[in-house]
Amino acid sequence: MDPVLTTYVREPNSFTLDFYLQHDGYQPLKTALGKKPDEIIDLVKAAGLRGRGGAGFPTGMKWQFVDKKTEPRYIVCNADESEPGTFKDHLLMERNPHLLIEGCVIGCYAIGAKVAYIYIRGEFFHVQSNLERAIDEAYARGFLGQNILGSGFDCDVYVHRGAGAYEAGEETALLESLEGKRAQPRNKPPFPAVAGLYGKPSAVNNVETLCNVPVIVARGAEWYTAIGPEKNGGPKLYCVSGHVKKPGVFEASMHVTLRELIDGYAGGVREGRQLKAVIPGGSSVPILLPSQLDTPASFDAIQQAGSLLGSAAIVVLDDTTCMVWLAENLLHFYRHESCGKCTPCREGTDWLHKILQRIERGEGEMADLDLLSSISGNVAGKTLCAFGDAAVTPVQTTLKHFRHEYEVHIKEGRCTLPAPWRARQPVGAH
Amino acid sequence: MSFHPKMSYDATFHRSARTLAPDDSGAPFVYTPENRARFDVFIQRYPADRKRSAVLPALYLVQHQQGFITGSAMRYVAGLLEITPADVEDVVSYYTMFYTKPVGTYVINVCRTLSCALNGAERVTEALSAKLGIAPGQTDASGTFTLQEVECLGACDRAPVIMVNDAWHECLTPSAVPTLVDDLRARGEAALSGCHHVIERKPQ
Ligand SMILES: Cc1cc2nc3c(=O)[nH]c(=O)nc-3n(C[C@H](O)[C@H](O)[C@H](O)COP(=O)(O)O)c2cc1C
Ligand code: SF4
Ligand code: FES
Repeated sequence: MDPVLTTYVREPNSFTLDFYLQHDGYQPLKTALGKKPDEIIDLVKAAGLRGRGGAGFPTGMKWQFVDKKTEPRYIVCNADESEPGTFKDHLLMERNPHLLIEGCVIGCYAIGAKVAYIYIRGEFFHVQSNLERAIDEAYARGFLGQNILGSGFDCDVYVHRGAGAYEAGEETALLESLEGKRAQPRNKPPFPAVAGLYGKPSAVNNVETLCNVPVIVARGAEWYTAIGPEKNGGPKLYCVSGHVKKPGVFEASMHVTLRELIDGYAGGVREGRQLKAVIPGGSSVPILLPSQLDTPASFDAIQQAGSLLGSAAIVVLDDTTCMVWLAENLLHFYRHESCGKCTPCREGTDWLHKILQRIERGEGEMADLDLLSSISGNVAGKTLCAFGDAAVTPVQTTLKHFRHEYEVHIKEGRCTLPAPWRARQPVGAH
Repeated sequence: MSFHPKMSYDATFHRSARTLAPDDSGAPFVYTPENRARFDVFIQRYPADRKRSAVLPALYLVQHQQGFITGSAMRYVAGLLEITPADVEDVVSYYTMFYTKPVGTYVINVCRTLSCALNGAERVTEALSAKLGIAPGQTDASGTFTLQEVECLGACDRAPVIMVNDAWHECLTPSAVPTLVDDLRARGEAALSGCHHVIERKPQ
């Protein structure tokens, strides 16, 4: 498949408006403004575009559910990109920002919104400057603002900078943060489509999702669905990182297998090393084993294999990786990022992390393994948002597939796989 | 499930390290005219009755102006946004990118999450600690460097990544740390690689 979203990302000045216009940029906007808003929603539905932020929910449906009787309405673009292993939206906003802006305007037109907020994580300061420069260019040339391209449609796009909170990526926590509060989720229902930003109907869409919209308008639903397996159409960005020779963002159809992504695009694991396991969709999803590498990296196939495509963040682990260390590393993340609103997650992540540290230091007991399972079971499915399930996944999945590594730690009283890339000091030192 | 004996609620149990800065005895905080002008621009982006939305950008301006956020500044921001100082403190204490105590001229944030760790981030932290003579979370005696560990920065293909104030340095190896620190001291943020996606950047 030829790249669609990332065709020009490695060309100089690909982020400028002039470059974008030379490559047919903002033509889809013109086309879209000539249609009725409902026609755009139908087109996106026909294309079967599924959200690229993690859950894979159909975008056309999400837009259809937006309550069209209440004003004002909002598009909120989720540019928080904080799932460990994910760095695709970063590339799109840095190298192809006008595609996102165009997607935001078409999205606003489709649901009848006049404002889109792009909520970008605080750490992406350089990306934000780039995006804001692109927005200024778009205003200056009439692609944003009043009466866009003479259509009578007005639309503003603003960037809003977060300040370091993974949980701000959860859609209702993001809305809270945008309203000037702590990034802690709301109860659902009501869903954002009914009561979102400022209590008004809103659609929260990921960056990559919105970047697909101009492409669908330009080339049609049929072309779009033909790329990739049934119900998994369109181009997809994959983030491959960890123990590979050439990590990076790769664009492919969802026919592509994990093996092609890891051994082909990313150059395979390093010389003399063997693949141990793969996390296919960001730190929040279950591990897949080398025997499952021929699974296509589509939403549905990865789910059938027992994991989730999530944010398509493929973290590759070679045989130098200690799985107890891995669980400890990720639980440090979840413990730190838990928003603290509900007890099972706030307390559970802290407990899990402490027990894992203890085992990793060689001070664990066999009873700790049951304790880990029991705590995980008391968090999963019992929390306000999906963070809880995500947080216990690294523990559950490593216990399931690599229980013997935990047992060796406990029996030997030490980590038996201290890789050269790890700290010399035992964990828990900082 | 029985309460595990080793899970005691000790003194460090989930107690935030952050505390509200004592009220400053000096002059009350106000924006410089330039920052006030910036504030007046971005406040327009939110509905008139939703000024509170501007709390994060308003706090960034405070931090930009004086390095960290004081109690007086929180009250000032609360006044501008027509919310209570407690509302502002609630936000300041939640988000990790706000400081309530003075930090070094260069705040070095090392990404410690999985992909960076798999590529040596723990060793990078060790090397930085050794070179600067401070542990993560500390500021050196001269007030030049603060060292911190942070979670995934969203650039895992260029691991290990560090962020120095708002600027990035990618693909850092432990052995390159001493030179980078000296270089930072000598020429500031120009010493950093920046984001590798920005191919137009002139080599330094
Ligand atoms: C804990 C948590 C963190 C999330 N982080 C992100 C994120 O960083 N970026 C993102 O686009 N979606 C994230 N999501 C998913 C969003 O809640 C939401 O489903 C998504 O933005 C919807 O956009 P989409 O339909 O275009 O995928 C997160 C969800 C959870 C539960
Ligand atoms: S599950 Fe965790 S992150 Fe989600 S609301 Fe509860 S405490 Fe917050
Ligand atoms: S793990 Fe360090 S940038 Fe993602």
